Formats: sequence, C-alpha cells, structure tokens
Amino acid sequence: MQVYDMPDAGGHFGPYGGVFVAETLIEALDELRGMYERYRNDPEFLAEFEHDLKYFVGRPSPVYHAKRLSEHFGGAQIYLKREDLNHTGAHKVNNCIGQALLAKRMGKPRIIAETGAGQHGVATATVAARMGLECVVYMGSEDVKRQAPNVYRMKLLGATVVPVESGSKTLKDALNEAMRDWVTNIENTFYIIGTVAGPHPYPMMVRDFQSIIGREARQQMPELVGRQPDAVIACVGGGSNAMGIFYPYINDKDVRLIGVEAAGFGMETGKHAAPLTANSPVGVLHGNRTYLMQDADGQIIETHSISAGLDYPGVGPEHAWLKDIHRAEYVAVTDDEAMHAFHTLCRMEGIIPALESSHALAYAAKLAPTMSKDKVLLINLSGRGDKDINTVAKLSGIEL
Amino acid sequence: MSRIQTTFAELKRQNKKALIPYITAGDPHPKHTVNLLHTLVESGADMIELGVPFSDPMADGPVIQRASERALAHHVSLSKVLEMVKEFRQTDASTPIVLMGYANPVEAMGMEKFVQRAKEAGVDGVLTVDYPPEECKEFVALLQSQEIDPIFLLSPTTEPARVDIIVNQASGFVYYVSLKGVTGAKNLDIVEVAARVKDIRDKTDIPIGVGFGVRDAATAKAVAEIADAVVVGSRMVQAIEQSTEANVATNVAALMTELRSAIDSN
Repeated sequence: MQVYDMPDAGGHFGPYGGVFVAETLIEALDELRGMYERYRNDPEFLAEFEHDLKYFVGRPSPVYHAKRLSEHFGGAQIYLKREDLNHTGAHKVNNCIGQALLAKRMGKPRIIAETGAGQHGVATATVAARMGLECVVYMGSEDVKRQAPNVYRMKLLGATVVPVESGSKTLKDALNEAMRDWVTNIENTFYIIGTVAGPHPYPMMVRDFQSIIGREARQQMPELVGRQPDAVIACVGGGSNAMGIFYPYINDKDVRLIGVEAAGFGMETGKHAAPLTANSPVGVLHGNRTYLMQDADGQIIETHSISAGLDYPGVGPEHAWLKDIHRAEYVAVTDDEAMHAFHTLCRMEGIIPALESSHALAYAAKLAPTMSKDKVLLINLSGRGDKDINTVAKLSGIEL
Repeated sequence: MSRIQTTFAELKRQNKKALIPYITAGDPHPKHTVNLLHTLVESGADMIELGVPFSDPMADGPVIQRASERALAHHVSLSKVLEMVKEFRQTDASTPIVLMGYANPVEAMGMEKFVQRAKEAGVDGVLTVDYPPEECKEFVALLQSQEIDPIFLLSPTTEPARVDIIVNQASGFVYYVSLKGVTGAKNLDIVEVAARVKDIRDKTDIPIGVGFGVRDAATAKAVAEIADAVVVGSRMVQAIEQSTEANVATNVAALMTELRSAIDSN
C-alpha cells in the first residue's frame, strides 16, 4: 500500500465525504477550511493545543494491561487506552479543545454543538466555559430524557441546552438543528461537530485532533510490550474515537484495525446502528456521502442502540473508505453483548466503561480467545460509564 | 426552448414578473397535491416549486420541515412525487414544475433513473439543495442531456468568483436566497437584496428568482421590483398548515391572488 494520504482537496475519501450542503453554508465552510489549513501545522497553535491536552485534559492517557480480563478471556493480552480518564470522562474533549482554539482565532464568541449521549455536549460546554465562550447545545428531546445527568452538567457549565423536537428527536435531528442555527448565525458562531462526519473539513479536522490517541498509543505500546499490537479495536458510531486511534496506525500494515458498530437488537432485526456491517446503501446526509441506514425511498430510518453515542444512521466517510479498501474491518455486537462486556470490565478490572466503549470490549471478548496468549489487542476505552448507570440499572430492573 | 425559458420569455414580453409558489408534495395529504397544483396555476402561479419530502431537511425551517413530516406520514416518496407531476401534466402542458429536494432520495432511486422518470413525468427543473455545483457535475450533465434545467441557489455569502461558476452551470433561472438562514426565517432586507441581485445581473442573463424571506404581499411587491421571479415557500406552506381539508384550496387561492395582485401592481 502507498502512504495513506486522504482526503483530497475537496474532502473526498474515494467516493465518500465531500461537501454536500446548501449554498448558504459554503462560505462558512470555506472560511473554516482556510483557517484550519493555516493553523493545522502552526507551531504556536499546536503548542497551545498540546498544552491544554496535558494540563487541562490530563494527557497522555495511559495504556493499561488488563491482566485479569486477559486471563478471563483466555487468549490474547488486552490493553486498554484509557480515554475514560480524560477530564470530562471521554475522548470527546480532545477535539473540542482543538476546535475551540480555532474558534478563538477566528474571533467567534459563540459556540454551538450537537450531542447524542451528551458527552460531546459536556465536553463542548466545558471547553467553552474555560475559554469564556457562549455555548448552545442541541440535543434530541428523547436524548434529553435519557441523559438527564449530562443535561444538568451542561447547564452547570453555563451552556444553554436546546431540546430538539423534530424527526426522531435524537442525534441526527440535533445535528440538523445545529446546522440551521449555524447558517442563521454564521458571523459570530463556530459549530463544533463532535464526530468525524459532516461536510469537509470536519471529518479530517476531527480526525486530526483525535489522532493524539493513536499517536500516544504508538509510542506507549513499544514501551509496554516491545512492539505494536496485533489489532486495534474501537467502537464506531460516527467514528471519532476509532478514527483517532486508527489514523496513526494506517500505514502499519501488520496492525489489524477493527471497528465495532452497534448491532442493537441484532443485525437480523434491522433495529441496529451498523451501516458498515449491514452494507447499507451509500447516500448523502449531514454534508457528506457515506454508508447510510435508509429505506428504499432514500428516507433516513430510525436506528437503535442501547448506547446513545452509537445511535446514528451514518458513519464517518473515512471509515467507509477504510472498509472499501480493506484497511479496516467492521463488525457489530448487540446490546446484550455490550451489556455483558460492561459488567465484565466492572468486575474484572474495577473500571466502569461507557456503553459505547463496551461494544469494543464485547468484540475483544470474542476475538481474544481465538488468539494465543502472546498476541496483543489494544482497545480504545473511549469513555467512562458513570453517565450510563441509570440505563444499566433500569435494564437490570433496578430504580436508582 | 424549455418550458421555463418560454415562461420567462413570455412574462418579459408582457412586462410581468414570475410568481413561483412552493408546496411540499403530499402536504397536507397526497390526494390534495395535484388539485393544489391546479389551484396554484388558476390563482396566478407562473411556475411551481414542488418540494420532495425528506426525513432530514437540513436547509429548511420548521414550517417546511413539518410539511415534510406530514407528507412522510403518508409515505410520499420521490417516486410518488413524479407520479403526481405526471398526473398534473395530463391537464396542464404549459406550467413549469421545478422539483426541490435533497440529494439522498435522488441517489436512492439512482440518478439516471430519476432523470429519465422526471423527463417522462414532465419535470422542467430540479433544485437539489445539498448538491453544490462541485458535487453534482455528473447529475447536471444528466439533467441537461434531457433538457431539464438544473436550478442552483446563490446566497448572501456566495463570493463573486463563485457566482460566476454557479451561473455558468445553471439554466432556467437562479434562485437567490434572500437572507442568511433557513427557509421561512425573518423578513428580508430589500436594500441588500437589491444590491446583490444587481451584482448577479451584471454576470448573467439567466432570470433571477428571490426567495426564503417573502412573507407577505408587501415583500412580494418589493422583490418583484428587483428580481425576475418571486418565490413564496414557507408562507404558502403555512397557509396549508392552517387550513382544514375543506378550505385548503380556497385559502391557498386567496393568498395567491393577494400576492399576484401585489406583484402585478408594480
């Protein structure tokens, strides 16, 4: 394989990605792209970014050898990239800092964001508070109900949370609404998209900011085990934590990259959020072309996952490309499998993982036993599970 | 000459401006759409923009989004919209129909199949909101091969160099979005719109339509003074939303009559 060099100047990853937005947004995206090009390799900008990642987020996040879990699975050694230890409890904050620093340089005093589970909303509200920027977060009204503690967190941090009542009242509708706000308030507003989707330059920019995860891991793994892992596993909704850990490994041909989507109630039921695994038709949504869960008429269908953060009908365009060129593999695990993995990690390692990250763990539980004990799996533990304890308790028939 | 070009040429000869109402196909119910199209023509429409319902209408405000949701509740697909146009064409051979919608339903049907079926149905123009010119060269070529006009948006933030690119790809007319925002947003600033329309006029002979903020007769009249066509979307859909099945046609006709006489009073 040649050295990987994606996307092209128009933001295309092969046939995927691009800029599929109304003319009203083109100028704002051009401005953003220009500013990002100017700063992405600017030493001062990067120094400020790294400073914040170190002192505000607490990076580098450790890679942890989950020995009891490895023993329990009875095969490959399990290493966890501990993004759950970041300030705000997930990987999302890495990207928010990058984009907020860009917003400051662009002179935009107002930040907007969309959120599903609330992690990206909390991270955005956190960074906005620290930088003294106004913050408005759009959240589907269904998710507002499901994720009440995160809604309150955002409010504590000074953000305004706007419940979105349209469509399926979840993440995709929050994204639509944030886009509408942006197009109306372009002059003073910066839109911080939380995942590697949306129109160019977002998929590239979010990937770049999140790739700190993989860059650290590539340094840490040789120190810990004397080599790179045999496979890197991460959950994929929009796919930002996966892109963040995959990207620096793309040219390491011997390292398998495995993205784990949400199979929800099961792939055969159709009630899932796994467009790559299902080989869903390719289409256009939220500014980019990618694999999309849709009906025969091209209407976007409602997805299902126990994890709000994976409950999205599309997937970042770079994942679509990595699937097509067979550089990454995409699989899916069900709600039940993810729940089982959630409980296993709690009991085996004293770590409560996010339900999103539990999907990556659930696939490791299947893969590890098929490998010998000298093999190494690196799992991106993208977030901690405190936010999910109400969901988990409810499923166990317990009222908190 | 296409039906759109013929219409604009005829209006110019009569020294009149075009009134282009927008309705969403299938709103309030699919059984009304063809009748409503005829009502629009009878009450003064020169051309009609027919919205194709989409589950995620990112560029539309709440009014048109609700219209989309009402239509989707009756499973109004792109295929059904084309059937409606075909039915309309059986008794109206002259009023141009422009389909306005999003890329995904078109891609789901397949671009070639869509263009062929649109031609058969009697569609005259296609405005695909989330297809900027850079991303739809193949689609534009297909449309033009069937003499269907690709309609493009120009916005207050579109840079002059980009206006050149867009007007060079467009035919039929170009659609100037009169404000920063989604459809049906606040009232437009007529002085600013006039300046921008003049800038566009300096670059092209293609007729210029203005829409996204035309809320009443007074705005329609003001826009008609500076543009070739007045597009009325959210206000029209609002009239439908606020009507019962029994009086929807009457109410739409009343609004159209009011807009028509305001535009013609110039």
